Amino acid sequence: MKMGLFNDRKGPAMLSPSAGKKLLNNRLIFSLLVLMVVVVQNIITTPNFFEITMTNGLLSGYIPNILDEASELIIVTMGMTLVIAASGGVDLSVGPIMAIAASFCGLLLNGSEYRTDVYHSPYFLAILFGLVGAALCGAFNGFLVSRLKIQPMIATLILFTAGRSIAKQITHGQTIYIMNPTYKWLGVQIPGIPIRTTILVSIAIVILVVLLVKLTSLGLYIQSVGINGSAARLVGLNSRVIKFMAFVICGILAGVAGLVSSSSVGSVNSGELGLSIEMDAILAVALGGNNLGGGKFSIAGSVIGAYTIQAITTTLYAMNVRADQLNVFKAIIIIVIIVASSEVFKEKVNRLFRHITKKNVPVGGLSDERQ
Amino acid sequence: MRDSKKTTISASSPLGKRSGLSNTGILLLITVSLFVILYVSSTILFKDSNFAKYSVFFNLINNKAYLLMLALGLTVVLITGSIDISVGSVTGLVSMVIATMLSSQSNISAIWAIPISLLIGVAFGIVQGYLVSYMEIQPFIVTLSGLFFARGMISVINPKSVPISDKLFMSWSSAKVYIPFLYNERKNGTMDVAYLTPAAITAIAVLIIMIIVMKKTKFGRSLYSVGGNPQSALLMGVNVKRIKFMAHVLCGLLAGIGGLLYTLFAPSGNPQNGYGYEIDAISSSVIGGVMLSGGVGLPIGTLFGVLINSLIERVVPLLGIVDASWPRIISSAFLFVFIVLQSLFASAGHKGSFKPVLPQWMRFNLKKKN
Repeated sequence: MKMGLFNDRKGPAMLSPSAGKKLLNNRLIFSLLVLMVVVVQNIITTPNFFEITMTNGLLSGYIPNILDEASELIIVTMGMTLVIAASGGVDLSVGPIMAIAASFCGLLLNGSEYRTDVYHSPYFLAILFGLVGAALCGAFNGFLVSRLKIQPMIATLILFTAGRSIAKQITHGQTIYIMNPTYKWLGVQIPGIPIRTTILVSIAIVILVVLLVKLTSLGLYIQSVGINGSAARLVGLNSRVIKFMAFVICGILAGVAGLVSSSSVGSVNSGELGLSIEMDAILAVALGGNNLGGGKFSIAGSVIGAYTIQAITTTLYAMNVRADQLNVFKAIIIIVIIVASSEVFKEKVNRLFRHITKKNVPVGGLSDERQ
Repeated sequence: MRDSKKTTISASSPLGKRSGLSNTGILLLITVSLFVILYVSSTILFKDSNFAKYSVFFNLINNKAYLLMLALGLTVVLITGSIDISVGSVTGLVSMVIATMLSSQSNISAIWAIPISLLIGVAFGIVQGYLVSYMEIQPFIVTLSGLFFARGMISVINPKSVPISDKLFMSWSSAKVYIPFLYNERKNGTMDVAYLTPAAITAIAVLIIMIIVMKKTKFGRSLYSVGGNPQSALLMGVNVKRIKFMAHVLCGLLAGIGGLLYTLFAPSGNPQNGYGYEIDAISSSVIGGVMLSGGVGLPIGTLFGVLINSLIERVVPLLGIVDASWPRIISSAFLFVFIVLQSLFASAGHKGSFKPVLPQWMRFNLKKKN
């Protein structure tokens, strides 16, 4: 993993493999470490951490709560992982796309009414419509990035700034309340199933993405386009189509997250849905040890990253940190993790390690650099 | 920079050299003419809202003095091929700190607002610049954390809205410097004299300093060379890391000034202050002709980018659209047009084939990709 600014810079001369360095070289180690610290801290402070009880026919407790709250983030993170891997840039517009998808769905279900329990159109049609809207947004981003070669962050900036306003126009500027109990199926519970649907949806999405990546060649294609676009083209891959598809998939997944999110609150509020989730998703991908420069990616890493972020959030909430102050701690933790896993820091630690042990190792030899 | 010889560094990107006018020139020309067209057409379309008056024109600057500072900061970092998305939150943090400091309970002099706001900005710049250039972490992630940190610190300092009651500060805020000879007569016979606020005067002064720095100083030229091609900049003896670090510090400083000017414009501390301003600043810079790939852009273009944003915000309500979300949509549409234009310009140098427009920090495998 090379987090460097300069593409011309050769990686630091690697030192001999030592136990410390091997540990440092593991991409996931810091993320896992933080997750472990958070969990251990939780176990100490909350004795009923592992307790799972049945309330109102739903499994509830600490762990189901974290799983439930992380589900939206995980769904969005899956799409973000693919986009980052394929294009080497980020999709800033996932939050607004969530709002747009939910707004389309709400518009179809409620018609022109702001608060009703009568569906104006079939449920599944509305869901489909929402997802199509999200896919269109993804396609717009994908078109800008793959056809016009605009860097992803700026291309998605357009929908990032305009998206919530568009969603607001779709719902005529008002929060829509969908009172029909079946609307809550997707975000709360399908009657008879004791696990919250959000958890099931997130697991299903993860499995789907893993299957898509592992069973089909898409994962390999995305990786090769991300690592070296022109080489990928030379072996016959259409890198434009693959980048485009990554953005469309990201859009659809953001749409799913938007529908789940709006369903769990039973309303469509375009200003609040998925607010600043894009930041969390990018950080989850980074924490998962994925290179934000594109190329190799790990779905498992992203999932762990997302859970780490959600675990940090939940723990801080439990420590009575207010929602708006949360960002301070989040920022510090993230910077520490990113700095600790950066190449320069590793090099410095290695140098320090060598200095202490006074081992003089031939520079540049014995390299086990695989990245 | 250790080289004793004076090196001349071209501001235009290598792509633009084939045509007569550089990329910088073309993009600036488009921006300026767009502003003129927009302004003239709104003068004709909305006769009642007095666009022909001097005061209306100068109010465009008065209202967006803070945005000019933020956009200038972003211009500097974007030219070096980096990015800073923390500026909006830093603006909010500065305004909250000033408001809390000058609220009714304390008796600190308003003079202290100036060094404190600059210090906050520079502190953010130093930390982020160090992490970006010396620790080689991606600027997006670093400044994203900076954004989170500043936004969180606002509510740690004060979660509620605080008005500023300090008399001296309020006198700065409400002061008007009238410009002689630039006036229009109102229908009732009184004079409507154009004026600038102290904030706008500060912004213009900083703009002039920035134009000189970018054009005439070694540091300014190094910024372009680092953004245009870091390898050759390195070979020429430019200390690339140091220049990048300095660019971030400068951007932080400008964000600090921007926060001060924003507080002068809206004298109260609110947790929501400065929300999303980084996006406005980026779009102003881009509309002003700063190429996201680095190495191209002029401070004067950024001024016009800010003016276009300011004009859109004023014109859109006149079109009969009351909803506050429309200026954003239209501004985004402009951003879209400009990005597409930039993309076309970048490809123009390559005989009909599109080439990626990626900034330095995103060009992960540039050598292989090209």
